Amino acid sequence: MNSLILIVILMLISTAAFIFGRKKALNAVNGKVSALHSLPGHYGWFSAVISFLPGLTILIIWFLFGNNLVDNFTLATLGGEIQNLSDFDRALYMNDIRNLAAQDAISRPVTEAMTNAAHYYLRTQENISWIFALSAIGISALAALFSIRKISPDLRSRNLLERLILIALVTCSAIAILTTVGIVSSLIVETLRFLDHVPLTDFLFGLKWSPQTALRADQVGSSGAFGAIPLFAGTLLITFIALLIALPVGLLSAIYMTEFASRKARAIFKPLLELLAGIPTVVYGFFAALVVAPAIRSSGEVIGLEIASESALAAGLVMGIMIIPLISSLSDDVISSVPQSLRDASLGLGATKTETILNIIIPSALPGIVSAFLLAASRAIGETMIVVMAAGMAANLTANPLEAVTTVTVQILALLTGDQEFDSAKTLSAFALGLALFVITLFLNFMALRVVRKYQEQYD
Amino acid sequence: MQARLKRRYRKERMFKAVGLGGLMTGLLALAVMVISILSTGLSGFTESRLHIDVYMDPEIIGTIAGNTEKERLHSLMQINYSALVRNSLRQKFPDVKGRRNIFSLQKLVSKGSREDIKQRLLEDESIIGKTITMNLLASSTVDMYLKGQISRHVDQSERKISDKQLAWLDVLQAEGRIVKGFNWKFLTSGDSREPELAGIWGAAMGSFLTLLVTLVVAFPIGVASALYLEEFAPKNKWTDLIEININNLAAVPSIIFGLLGLAIFLNLFNMPRSAPLVGGLTLALMTLPTIIISSRAAIRAVPPSIRDAAIGMGASRIQTQFHHVLPLSMPGIMTGTIIGMAQALGETAPLLMIGMVAFIVDVPHGVLDAATALPVQIFLWADSPERGFMEKTSAAIIVLLLFLVLMNGLAIWMRHKFEKRW
Repeated sequence: MNSLILIVILMLISTAAFIFGRKKALNAVNGKVSALHSLPGHYGWFSAVISFLPGLTILIIWFLFGNNLVDNFTLATLGGEIQNLSDFDRALYMNDIRNLAAQDAISRPVTEAMTNAAHYYLRTQENISWIFALSAIGISALAALFSIRKISPDLRSRNLLERLILIALVTCSAIAILTTVGIVSSLIVETLRFLDHVPLTDFLFGLKWSPQTALRADQVGSSGAFGAIPLFAGTLLITFIALLIALPVGLLSAIYMTEFASRKARAIFKPLLELLAGIPTVVYGFFAALVVAPAIRSSGEVIGLEIASESALAAGLVMGIMIIPLISSLSDDVISSVPQSLRDASLGLGATKTETILNIIIPSALPGIVSAFLLAASRAIGETMIVVMAAGMAANLTANPLEAVTTVTVQILALLTGDQEFDSAKTLSAFALGLALFVITLFLNFMALRVVRKYQEQYD
Repeated sequence: MQARLKRRYRKERMFKAVGLGGLMTGLLALAVMVISILSTGLSGFTESRLHIDVYMDPEIIGTIAGNTEKERLHSLMQINYSALVRNSLRQKFPDVKGRRNIFSLQKLVSKGSREDIKQRLLEDESIIGKTITMNLLASSTVDMYLKGQISRHVDQSERKISDKQLAWLDVLQAEGRIVKGFNWKFLTSGDSREPELAGIWGAAMGSFLTLLVTLVVAFPIGVASALYLEEFAPKNKWTDLIEININNLAAVPSIIFGLLGLAIFLNLFNMPRSAPLVGGLTLALMTLPTIIISSRAAIRAVPPSIRDAAIGMGASRIQTQFHHVLPLSMPGIMTGTIIGMAQALGETAPLLMIGMVAFIVDVPHGVLDAATALPVQIFLWADSPERGFMEKTSAAIIVLLLFLVLMNGLAIWMRHKFEKRW
């Protein structure tokens, strides 16, 4: 049964519950609304919500676990040799059965057992969907009857309804927590599995990164090395170049716009500069790969320098452009929040505007500027598309910005796009890198907050 | 004293100039980027067609059997269109001899021209046996040459178009048989391996479906959590934790959300790969902090007097919120939501991780169909070696930026239109 049809049926049931609930409340007092505890609509909504929720719960359970259930039932019918396969091979086998059932191409010769399994799969899928759908409809209808029976003029339906709404609001706000829990737990679980294959010290301090592991034992040349140092070095190099561009440009723009520019000029320049923040990173990546990198390469050729076509310089330069608005708008905020009295005092003592800026404003805005710097660094480290399109793939331990380096994000993406075996050290290493990335950016964000809290002077 | 003053003033002027220089560097970067994309991308919206007399040879076409449109379409599929095109081109250039020459003559015309001929035959069968003049789509190489992307002054071995092909094109050009037109296919069709046939409609639909899921999931949840945190939550450890959490989530790199989507939605819940549903859910988790933060600001901006008045008239707390505070803060909430959606529209990395990166020709129709999204399409095309895809990439970027400008413009307009000073 189609889940969309089921939703419509559930909605119809709760609409009916609304109408009958409201009617029952009104009939109980012969249409004299003031005799009811709550408004008639509240009784209707009460029945509607009570009847909809159980069905919805079953629908969600079906949606989340139905496929797994069908898979498990199908696998249970198969012979011992399948049961004894590793988790990964069993998953592959199951995938083939699914594809066979959907009449797609599969990766192994079709056996009779597989055809039977595919038929069984389709049948079970059909049956399970009916079981879920019918039980959802049944429970919803029962809940509707129950809630309508409950209705009497004394029922405090508004209070009950409002309590339900409040519970819904709390649940929604808990989703933010759940997201974090989901991120942290999935990263940690997969990282622990990765550490079964590769020791932690090898990962953190190893100098060689080549995640290609041999598929067969007799394959040569691909033992797999998971030393993350070259990736972190590459990330740092590109981040460093980016900040080298963005910090002066962003800070100077902020100073100029807050202290020198006229109100009119500021109204034009500020949004223009912030346009840079609205451009998708894939566009920056395209710009880096097709405009900046060739330009750098050919200008290198003019002065006789050999520059890799995927140099760290090109990626860093464009990433720098991307973070300019982040630094400029954050510094703009802190510079504007330096109280006017400090400026007036400095100017009144005969300092020029420049001296006021350098000696008074910058020092008092420094914590905010440092925090902007840290946030920009965190942004640059986590940035993906620019480096995927403009930086290299090969891990290269170098500090030379003219060579190609790779970054943590590039590797995560490279390891996880395309077909993947989910249990290999290669795929799992992406999660370990992800965890490292998450911890680093979290730390930088936390520090950015703390610097402001701890060192920012409070003026009033 | 005077000299020092002079020095100080000079420093003042220099510092001001340096500041302006910094600002101008940023703006210059923006300008260079916009100009380079416009200059490479605008030509992506045009296509070249060759005016060729096509002889609808009955021997090649045969009879079109079938009564229903479906059967007729099936029978039309069997026709050897390339022979039709080849013969027509040979008629135009009778002195071309040899298999290789004929092959390279045929390469002037795109493989997609079969669709045009098929369409004509479907509309009107009486053209069989006649010679009709058709605008056949030029191949990408020819298109690139006509747009000046391939120079005829370099050696033959260094360009994709041969001297012979150039000579034929010159003949056609002299006769006025080369026409340029707006490339509607770019806006209305799905992806293709041939640059001249590739379009963004499939990716645009994918983006639309993904954003739809994002909106449906993130908007109610975001507004509800904002409402709870701002109006109902007691000040305690738990709500502090939620607050810190939301602020932190806003700064988590997008690729981490991709990892989350891969581990939870795909591997744990077995949801279909490449589906807008999963992409939308992942992006929803990503935009949730943006929506919550801006919704809270909008709710906070509603003055307490409104709440007091509602409570004073006997409304319950929930009624106060849903009847008064929420409607009054809705413009602000919508503005924040649109900005969040614009962010989600430009996001690429998480979508790559959940597999919305495959080569998909069909236009998706539902949230469970395999699809890509506009930024992913840009990424894929930017990676293609064919020269013709470069202008398509830039053209797709122009379309994407246009959407972003529209969305942000709408947000700004709404802010100005509905902004209330209490």
